[in-house]
Amino acid sequence: MSPGARGRVHRPPGRHGRARHGRAGRRVAGLLLLAAGPVLVLGVLFVLPVTGMIAEGFWVDGRFAPGAVLEVLSRPRVHRVAWFTVWTSGVATLLAVVLGLPAAYALHRLALPGRSAVRAALLVPFVLPTVVVGVAFRQLLGEGGPLGFLGLDGTPVAILCGLVFFNVAVVVRTVGVAWESLDSRPGQAAAALGASPWQVLRTVTLPALRPAIVGAASIVFLFCATAFGIVLTLGGVRYATVETEIYLLTTTIFDLQAAAALSVLQIVVVLVLLAVAARLRATPDPTAQRVVAPARVVRRSDAPVVLATVLVLAAMLLPILTLVLGSLSVGDGWGLDNYRALTTAGDDQALLVPVTTALATSLRTAVDATWMALLVGVTVSVLVTRRSHSAAERRLRSGLDGFFMLPLGVSAVTLGFGFLITLDEPPLDLRDSPLLVPMAQALVALPLVVRTLTPVLGGVDDRQRQAAASLGASAWRTFVTVDLPVAWKPMLAAGGFAFAASLGEFGATSFLARDTSPTLPVVIFRLIGHPGEMNYGMALAASVVLATVTALVMLAVERLRVPGVGAF
Amino acid sequence: MVHVHVRAALASPVTALVAALALTGCSLTGGGDGPTATEPPASSETSSGASQEGGTVVLATHESFHLPKRLVRSFEAETGYTLEVRAAGDAGTLATKLSLTADNPIADAAFGIDNTFASRPLGEGAFAEVETTATPPEEYLLPEGSDRLVPVDSASVCVNVDTAWFEAEGLEPPQTLDDLVDPAYADLMVTPGASTSSPGMAFFLATVAAYGEDWQDYWSDLLANGVKVVDGWEDAYYGDFTAGADNGTRPIVVSYDSSPAFTVSGGRSTTAALLDTCFRQVEYAGVLEGADNPAGAEALVDWMLSDEVQSALPESMYVFPVMPDAEIPADWAEFAPQPTDPYEVSPEEIAANREQWLTEWTDVVSR
Repeated sequence: MSPGARGRVHRPPGRHGRARHGRAGRRVAGLLLLAAGPVLVLGVLFVLPVTGMIAEGFWVDGRFAPGAVLEVLSRPRVHRVAWFTVWTSGVATLLAVVLGLPAAYALHRLALPGRSAVRAALLVPFVLPTVVVGVAFRQLLGEGGPLGFLGLDGTPVAILCGLVFFNVAVVVRTVGVAWESLDSRPGQAAAALGASPWQVLRTVTLPALRPAIVGAASIVFLFCATAFGIVLTLGGVRYATVETEIYLLTTTIFDLQAAAALSVLQIVVVLVLLAVAARLRATPDPTAQRVVAPARVVRRSDAPVVLATVLVLAAMLLPILTLVLGSLSVGDGWGLDNYRALTTAGDDQALLVPVTTALATSLRTAVDATWMALLVGVTVSVLVTRRSHSAAERRLRSGLDGFFMLPLGVSAVTLGFGFLITLDEPPLDLRDSPLLVPMAQALVALPLVVRTLTPVLGGVDDRQRQAAASLGASAWRTFVTVDLPVAWKPMLAAGGFAFAASLGEFGATSFLARDTSPTLPVVIFRLIGHPGEMNYGMALAASVVLATVTALVMLAVERLRVPGVGAF
Repeated sequence: MVHVHVRAALASPVTALVAALALTGCSLTGGGDGPTATEPPASSETSSGASQEGGTVVLATHESFHLPKRLVRSFEAETGYTLEVRAAGDAGTLATKLSLTADNPIADAAFGIDNTFASRPLGEGAFAEVETTATPPEEYLLPEGSDRLVPVDSASVCVNVDTAWFEAEGLEPPQTLDDLVDPAYADLMVTPGASTSSPGMAFFLATVAAYGEDWQDYWSDLLANGVKVVDGWEDAYYGDFTAGADNGTRPIVVSYDSSPAFTVSGGRSTTAALLDTCFRQVEYAGVLEGADNPAGAEALVDWMLSDEVQSALPESMYVFPVMPDAEIPADWAEFAPQPTDPYEVSPEEIAANREQWLTEWTDVVSR
């Protein structure tokens, strides 16, 4: 992943030029072979549907007519929408990184009491349906809410708050995992040589964390740029982003030319962003990160970091608290009635299935999505972090890395309709497959897995692998003995991340899910879509159940340990 | 030491992998639906033989579709077909799906296309002609395409008021669209947006029907009178409406004619729908052109007009049945009267103007 730098590390001038050449050829061939699986998966499930849907806009009545599409790109409204998307996503990303870094440090490097519980709880916003969070936010910020005096309801500031709320966890987790496996000795050495803590942070720690920070930031940006529900709910109808505009154009207005134009614009922006991110991610000095640093006892000097973390957590807790209180409110008093109502389907209730059934469906789907995302994600991470031996190989790996980030940045609407019109003939008649939902969710979770793993795998000193190889270890054995001990915990973290993303995923699920087995977010959406105090209360209660289960699963995953490896 | 670590590292991921695969095995099969996983009807012996004969009939619909399992089982037992429901997305999404896949349909039948979206799939040739045993009332039929799309239910979007709030304030609630721009009701109303919400669109269409070319002026007045435009119905009802939200501040909301049946307390409803402000949405069912099982699809459409399904509609989908003999829940009959003369805009006019209207409407509300 930081091939430029690693390529420079002690490459002895080869005397056996030809032999090396043959080996390089074999390496590239091997690389291509290993990459074939994931690339094929992404090609079928992503590239084919998206191009198919965009082509609908370019071909009018069977004739190639790009004029209409290009005309759309010159509309002032399109410029406004594009600019609004870019600036809100940019600011939200910056805020998420600034607020997330102290928390990443505090929760992953300091021995704070209850930190694993807090880390698990941080993923809760991730699984909460946006409609529910949107309503919770508006109960806080709305005209009659406790924070109503701020006058934020329906402003871009409210949108930014919502985006940050959903995405801080990405920064904390991605950067935190990298921070945890960061060798603390260079920092200590610098400190011993007289560097102030600020200097250590600026000159040693942050540069080493750069791949993780840039990776997290690019994910957050893509999430923000394709955010849908939260923009509409918190911003009202006044603000449109590229994503909401594509939805409007495709489903309400059925102007496929305009939708195609915006999809193309979106893809171009995402490609530019990924290229910039790839450049920024390259570490100047890949340090050996084999040592997993033990969590440090909290000192007085940690007060600012801890305070910042507590503040961020408190701010995130507010909307969740509103939610929990709402779920416990019954008439004029308090009670568990909303929760009790969840256990039966009921005759006159909007609930389709008991919430336990929906939860089971959600969990099953999430398990499928998680193994799919991990299987492809680990392969991709290994591929892109192995040392490159030539410029072509380097470009190939870097290109692959960006390729697998694409699904995050492209409209779910375009992808969803694309599925229907391209995967409809044998041998690719997938549109009726029950696996389509977990596959779509895995596509969303895949970049999370890759971005969590690559900074860690990229930090492994390649000399260790060379040593293993020279002692006769196979590629698999090298992976198991060198990479796995370091990557094991991050792999768990990535798996948990994918699991949470799948549990909370609503866009693709609601587009593809079938009535016979609704997932929990689909049930919640249905509840909150109908009048009646009970329906609203039950939607909140079901959200709390979803959040609690997620937090518990995350906690259990965090506690999984490999004896002797990565334990501390 | 190193060896021990290595073995541990090797063993655990393998165990984990096996465990994951085991779980997955469960989930791949357990999570699958489709014909194999569909619960066989209660009298499985006779009907499983029958379903092989009749085959599966696939229904494409939106995510609000729901009917009691009991009814579905009796349909399967009576006809010998196995019903597979594919419900996803909203009405606009469904219309787009059917239009895009007109040459290779995603199902045999479709339900949930409403009068605001009907002309798009009809224009793309997505629906085949259909004949039903029951005859739905004339008033719900489409002006064009009534041989293809069969009306099943209707729900009118009306302005709702929190009567309890108005009583407490000693203020007479508004009655008509004209009243809503009266300064007496300044800052009291909230509506979902026409561009983002289906009831929002319906309310907009009511204003188009009422004011014709002058609708922009009406909306300017409405906005000048402090109407709040939000994203979706749930934002308006549960975020701002005094009778729906804990700390809502607006006692006038755009909702449905059936909504007052859900705010009943102590023998009376605390809200009311203004019946002179309504736009009626009718939902249709039809057989898809090129369906694998057209006979099954026609049986399904027929069934949707049957007494039992029609009577189940209010509690299952929060809509009124179109057949006059269907039963209506007591709360609905008492507290949710339907409008007798709702505003109308033809599907063709909607289709021809939708984009321009929405662009102009967005300009007006963003001003």
